Amino acid sequence: MDDLYREVIIERYKTPHYRGHLDPHDIFFEDDNPVCGDHIEITVQTDETDVVKAAAFDGHGCSISQASADLLIESIHGKTLDEVKSLTKDDVIELLGIDLGPVRLKCALLSLKVLKAGAYGLGTEEVSDALVE
Amino acid sequence: MKPKTPLNVDLLRADFPILTREIGSANKKLIYLDSTATAQKPTDVIDAMNDFYRLNNANIHRGVHTLAEESTAMYESGREQVAALINASPREVIFTRNTTESINLVAYSWARTNLQAGDLIILTEMEHHSNLVPWQMLEAERGVRLEFVPITNDYLFDMDAYRELLKQEPKLVSFTQMSNVLGTITPAKEIIRLAHEVGAITLVDAAQSVPHLPVDVRDLDADFMAFSAHKMVGPSGIGALYGKLDLLNAMPPFMGGGDMIKTVHLRSFATNEVPYKFEAGTPAIAEAIGFGAAAAYLQNIGMDAIAAHEQEMSEYVLEHLEEIPGITVIGPSAAHKGAVASFVMDGVHPHDVAQILDADGIAVRAGHHCAQPLHEKCGIQSTTRASFYLYNTKEEVDALVEGIYKVKKIFG
Ligand SMILES: Cc1ncc(COP(=O)(O)O)c(C=O)c1O
Repeated sequence: MDDLYREVIIERYKTPHYRGHLDPHDIFFEDDNPVCGDHIEITVQTDETDVVKAAAFDGHGCSISQASADLLIESIHGKTLDEVKSLTKDDVIELLGIDLGPVRLKCALLSLKVLKAGAYGLGTEEVSDALVE
Repeated sequence: MKPKTPLNVDLLRADFPILTREIGSANKKLIYLDSTATAQKPTDVIDAMNDFYRLNNANIHRGVHTLAEESTAMYESGREQVAALINASPREVIFTRNTTESINLVAYSWARTNLQAGDLIILTEMEHHSNLVPWQMLEAERGVRLEFVPITNDYLFDMDAYRELLKQEPKLVSFTQMSNVLGTITPAKEIIRLAHEVGAITLVDAAQSVPHLPVDVRDLDADFMAFSAHKMVGPSGIGALYGKLDLLNAMPPFMGGGDMIKTVHLRSFATNEVPYKFEAGTPAIAEAIGFGAAAAYLQNIGMDAIAAHEQEMSEYVLEHLEEIPGITVIGPSAAHKGAVASFVMDGVHPHDVAQILDADGIAVRAGHHCAQPLHEKCGIQSTTRASFYLYNTKEEVDALVEGIYKVKKIFG
């Protein structure tokens, strides 16, 4: 439990570094976790070579969902969209540095799901957990 | 409401084997505060089902052999025990899968026969999704109208607003007798009396009331009542629909198949009598027996005594939670509610509260508790809910309070 609430998670939850909404943006996507109502939206700006120049997230939810969004957004700065598309669940787990049970894993992966759906340019109906498996 | 014999909680806790369980690597004693979601089961219930499978198991009805006769008798005595708890006649008690299926049965069989486009159904703002979505589906299919009795600023059923709505002459009033989030107990008898004055039929969602309060369908004069075994120390997979006999007799079957028929020909069938008309296919036999054992267990302890214990718990919980800075309990004062405390904590999400409490063996629930519209109304996304039953103690409340202080420390 003490592992779960590592300092970095509490710190990022209370004072996120990348909370916000970028305008203009090249990518926008948002989605909810139907189980708990957590909500995440992301905005991304890319340059002409499809490299992420800037990115931000907004939304509400538990410390795990918000901290993982913040850490994930931080990690994609300078990455190409292809690299973003190939991110997996393990990348998020590594960023958080903790072991999560199946319920909290959903919290942690919501931002990755939203980010990849945005990167792939999916429609709202096309988002699925398959993106983060 | 002083019961004849108050609960001996220490003694009855021994009836629930799971309460000795330890949680996590730190071997914390389980503190189960999630009975509103589902209750724990006493040995009586577990043994009744086990014994049935070990000694009596056979399919019911029509069988001539010994086991079939025993099984049928045990299934029907389960029905009698459930009926006795709510003062119904056994013929008026239909076994379903749960509260949700009971409500859907009324929506499909009674409502689709009796309601037309434009007819009004009155619900409340504090309904569980299971007493909301079936009516939204009917609205989409049939064009019936839905209106909602609001909750007052102190989280009670708004009687004045209800009286106003009744002027539109609803055909059905379907409402919860106890909210699973607020704990609010609604004045069911008065709601039903007023509904009958304008000729409406009533459906009581008793998923939370039958487990926790003395409920008498005759005294209430309810037309339909829905509840689940698993919330009243019985097994999951079975629930009941109570219906007045004349209503049930006039209703078409819900599902077709075996058991619900008297005769079948290639091109026609005749339905069986009530309640069998509504029990198509092999039912949950062991569960019906467990349901009966649960009803008998509660009745033996006494619903008055259980309600009085919970009232005491409710007062104690509210008093101690409301003392904690940054905690807001959502719901009415203890006098108007069951032992349910849904709360929000400044700056901490309910998931995090529940997770940190779990590390101390404390089981609470976080989320919208299948009542999303109610949370929207209250302007919150989700709550942490601690709920209490006959086996909970004040020491467990103290542990909850201590746990909440731990959460505050972690989120500093
Ligand atoms: C008030 C209320 N109604 C209906 C239900 C649905 O019960 P079930 O899931 O057993 O059908 C619940 C269960 O949470 C409830 O609390």
